[in-house]
Order: sequence, then C-alpha cells, then structure tokens
Amino acid sequence: MKKIIIVGGGTGGTILANNLARRLAPEIASGAARVTLLTASDKHMYQPGLLYVAFGRMAANELYRDLRSLLEPGIVLHVDPVQSFDLDNNRLQTESGTTHDYDYLVICTGSRPNPESIPGLAENANHVYTLEAAEKTFSSLQAFTGGRVVVTTGVPHKCPMVPLELTFMMHDYFRDRGILDQVEFFYTYPIGRLHSLENVGKWAQKEFDRLGVNYETLFNLKQVDGDKGQIHSEEGSVLDYDLLVSIPPHTGMPLILDNALGAGGWIPTNPATLQMEGRENVFVLGDTTNIPISKAGSTAHYEAETLGENLSSLIRYGTLASLYSGKVFCFIEAGKDRATYASFDYKHPPQPQPPTQMIHWFKLAYNKLYWNSVRGLL
Amino acid sequence: MNHPICVDARNSFCPGPLMELIAAMKLAQIGDELEVLSTDQGSAHDIPEWIHKVGHELIDTHEENGVYHIRVRKKK
Ligand SMILES: Cc1cc2nc3c(=O)[nH]c(=O)nc-3n(C[C@H](O)[C@H](O)[C@H](O)COP(=O)(O)OP(=O)(O)OC[C@H]3O[C@@H](n4cnc5c(N)ncnc54)[C@H](O)[C@@H]3O)c2cc1C
Repeated sequence: MKKIIIVGGGTGGTILANNLARRLAPEIASGAARVTLLTASDKHMYQPGLLYVAFGRMAANELYRDLRSLLEPGIVLHVDPVQSFDLDNNRLQTESGTTHDYDYLVICTGSRPNPESIPGLAENANHVYTLEAAEKTFSSLQAFTGGRVVVTTGVPHKCPMVPLELTFMMHDYFRDRGILDQVEFFYTYPIGRLHSLENVGKWAQKEFDRLGVNYETLFNLKQVDGDKGQIHSEEGSVLDYDLLVSIPPHTGMPLILDNALGAGGWIPTNPATLQMEGRENVFVLGDTTNIPISKAGSTAHYEAETLGENLSSLIRYGTLASLYSGKVFCFIEAGKDRATYASFDYKHPPQPQPPTQMIHWFKLAYNKLYWNSVRGLL
Repeated sequence: MNHPICVDARNSFCPGPLMELIAAMKLAQIGDELEVLSTDQGSAHDIPEWIHKVGHELIDTHEENGVYHIRVRKKK
C-alpha cells in the first residue's frame, strides 16, 4: 500500500486531500493507496471572512465548518497535531504519541501572525488575523469618533491585498457613519510603492489620491509607543496615530521551527515541483513554503491542484505529471461595494481592471462558494 | 569566508525582491551578507534605495544573463 500523509487541514491540505481521494478512488477502494490527513483542529476556518468580521458584516459562526463534513469519505482524518518529523526514515510522530510512516508527505501547516515580534504592536494595534482580533477591531472601529487612522504593514504577511482592502473598507465605513470629514487616513508600506504588485500599486495610488488617503512608502515598523500614540519606522520616521490598524508580520508554525525545517518557519521548496529542497518524497504547500509568492488561499489552491496531479501520477506511474506555474488569483475589495482582482503567475504580472460592483458580488458569492471550493467541486 | 545568505526572488511579482529581502534581513544577524537574485529590473534601483535609507550596506550590484545580483550587509 502507498501511503500519503498530509499535515494540515486548512485550505491547501483540505483541497489536496479531496483532490487525491477522487483521483485515487480505485486505489483507495482496493487498499493500494491511503490518504491520511493529520491536523490540529476539527474545525476548518474560512480566514478571508475575518476581514468582514472586522466591519460587522460576517458573523463568527459563518467562518467555520466541521472539517470532516468537507472531506471525501475515503480520507482518513486524525485531529492529532504533528509534533516531530523523522524525514530520513519517512516517519512522523503526533502529539498523542502515535507514529505514522508514509511514502509521500505533504506539509501545509500555514502561517501565523506574530505582532509580538515588534515592541508595542500587540498591545496597541488592531488587526484582523485571528477571530478575537477581528472582533476587537470591529469594536475599535465602532468606538472611533475621529482622528488619524494609521495603517502599517509587517513583513512577511499573508494575503497581500489586506492592507489596501482594510484602508478602502474603513474609508467607506467611516463615510457611512457620517464622520469621514473627521478622519485622516495615513497608509504606510514597507517597499517603495503602495503595493508589492507594481500595477496594483499604481492603481491604488490613483485611488488614494482621489480619496485623500495620505501615504508613506519605505516604512518598516520598528516599534509602537502606545503612551504617546506614535509609531517609529526602521527608516527613522515617526508618525502620530489615534487608531492604529496593522497587518502584523507573520511567521511559520512552531512545528516547522521546532523541527528546524526552515528559517522563520518557511520550508525551502522548489517553486515548480513543490518538493522540499533535498527531499524527493516530501512536498510543501501554501503559506508554509519559502517560495517568493503571495501567501494566499488561492496560491494554496492552485498548488494543491498541481500536487494532486503529481502525487496520483507518482503512485500510478512513478513520475511527476505537471509543474506549478506560480498561478495566483486574488480579489481586491476597493470599498464596501466595489472590487477588482489581480491574476498573475511566475511569468505574467497582473493587469488590474477598474473596480466594479459586479466583481464585489463575485467576491461575496465566493465567500459562500468557498465551501464547495475546498471540497474540490469548484 | 561564509557564503552570503541567498534570497532567491527570481520571477517574484508578489511579494517581490525587496519584500523578500526585508523578510530575510529580519532573520539574519548583524554583519551577515545577503545576496538577492532578481529578474525584476526595478529592484536594481529599489533595493539600493531602501538599503541606503534604512542604513544597511550595499556591497555590489551587477546583472548576469537577465538576473540582477544585489549583495548587501546587515548593519543594525
Ligand atoms: C483576514 C484574511 C484575509 C484573507 N483574504 C484572502 C483572500 O482574499 N484571498 C486569498 O486567496 N487568501 C486570503 N487569505 C489567506 C488564506 O486564508 C491563507 O493564505 C490560506 O488559508 C493558507 O492556506 P494553508 O493551507 O497554507 O494554511 P491554513 O489554511 O492556515 O491551514 C493550516 C492548517 O494547519 C493546521 N496545523 C497547524 N499546526 C499543525 C500541526 N502541528 N500538525 C498538524 N496540523 C497543523 C491548522 O490546524 C490548519 O488546519 C486571507 C487570510 C486572512 C487572515
């Protein structure tokens, strides 16, 4: 029997498990192959929904589904987090003390916000990267009566569109509350433009100029002084804020750090085959890779499709079938009722189109369709 | 001499070479040398601009077969 173990039941792991269960249905039924998913929680969270929670537009219960309900019946699921890997012997151990061996291993444990890595950030800034933080941000936005809102972005972070989306959505939120004239927006960004994607940055600059959003680029947060209501950058700038909204820097998961699989918790990964560097039978997917690509659900989704083809081909024919092209597709909310998108791969930069209400509706529809998407039906 | 830490940001539109370098700098020690590989012409300008502004050291930049090699040292 050929054993595939997937570690992590988030976006990438769930899509891959379902993809493999369908492709390898005959082998699974005959006992020639087994797909096992080891994960840390029996719930699956739709993380992009957190952005809407911060504006009171989605409720916490809409973000979760039982993981088992999203999986094809042939998949073996254990909610038992992995603790250690023995990659030389194709074995791993879980927190319960169980040892599992495998022929092929896929690691997709995601990433986590790490506001604690910047002095003062965790105590003084709002963010949307956990449910608790998104709900607290909603309270802060509701309580805000005017002043300067500063948006600050750490490196690296997941979902590259969040800094812009939060800014546009806060703009419309305060406009709807009738206090826009009391609010000054100040957007900061780590590199020399308003977004990592050059064309998106150009588009955002025009929008910001039109909306009166101020900005400073080459701004990397060094510390937050909550008493004075100031932030300091590595580059020497100091900015006053009344409300601080951050995109915290992210790190890889403790499992990856504790097992020394990659600096910062990011596993060195081949950008085309998605194999862990130096390991033929270990693959990495989603936020956990060190590939210089957006940490996004859509990245994990496209990578999972490539891996589904490759792992089933390895089991049947002993060879890889396709290479990941670097495909990413991200919606960009440009306010409360308009959106655009960026679609790109390793070779082709995105060409963002003017935002429309139609694309915003697509995004709202996707917020529901996600559950079909992780089942592999979309 | 130790090899520089390689920041391979070829074919990266997002987050792109400078953002990759900023992330790698955080993990590096003061005195470490890092070499960014980039296929983006803009980074030959952006990276030195940031290095200068933030106060690290630019060691060398050159282009070889369409790949920019930008070597820097972490100073603080
Ligand atoms: C506010 C917000 C908005 C976003 N918006 C978008 C968007 O519009 N578009 C987009 O494409 N992406 C968006 N994303 C990003 C997207 O959600 C992530 O990039 C995506 O979920 C990454 O998938 P993953 O499979 O790599 O990791 P995750 O989905 O995070 O899954 C990781 C899994 O690993 C498990 N795990 C952790 N530790 C262990 C362990 N020790 N053993 C076993 N399992 C473990 C966890 O339980 C979890 O199930 C957004 C994210 C946020 C927070």
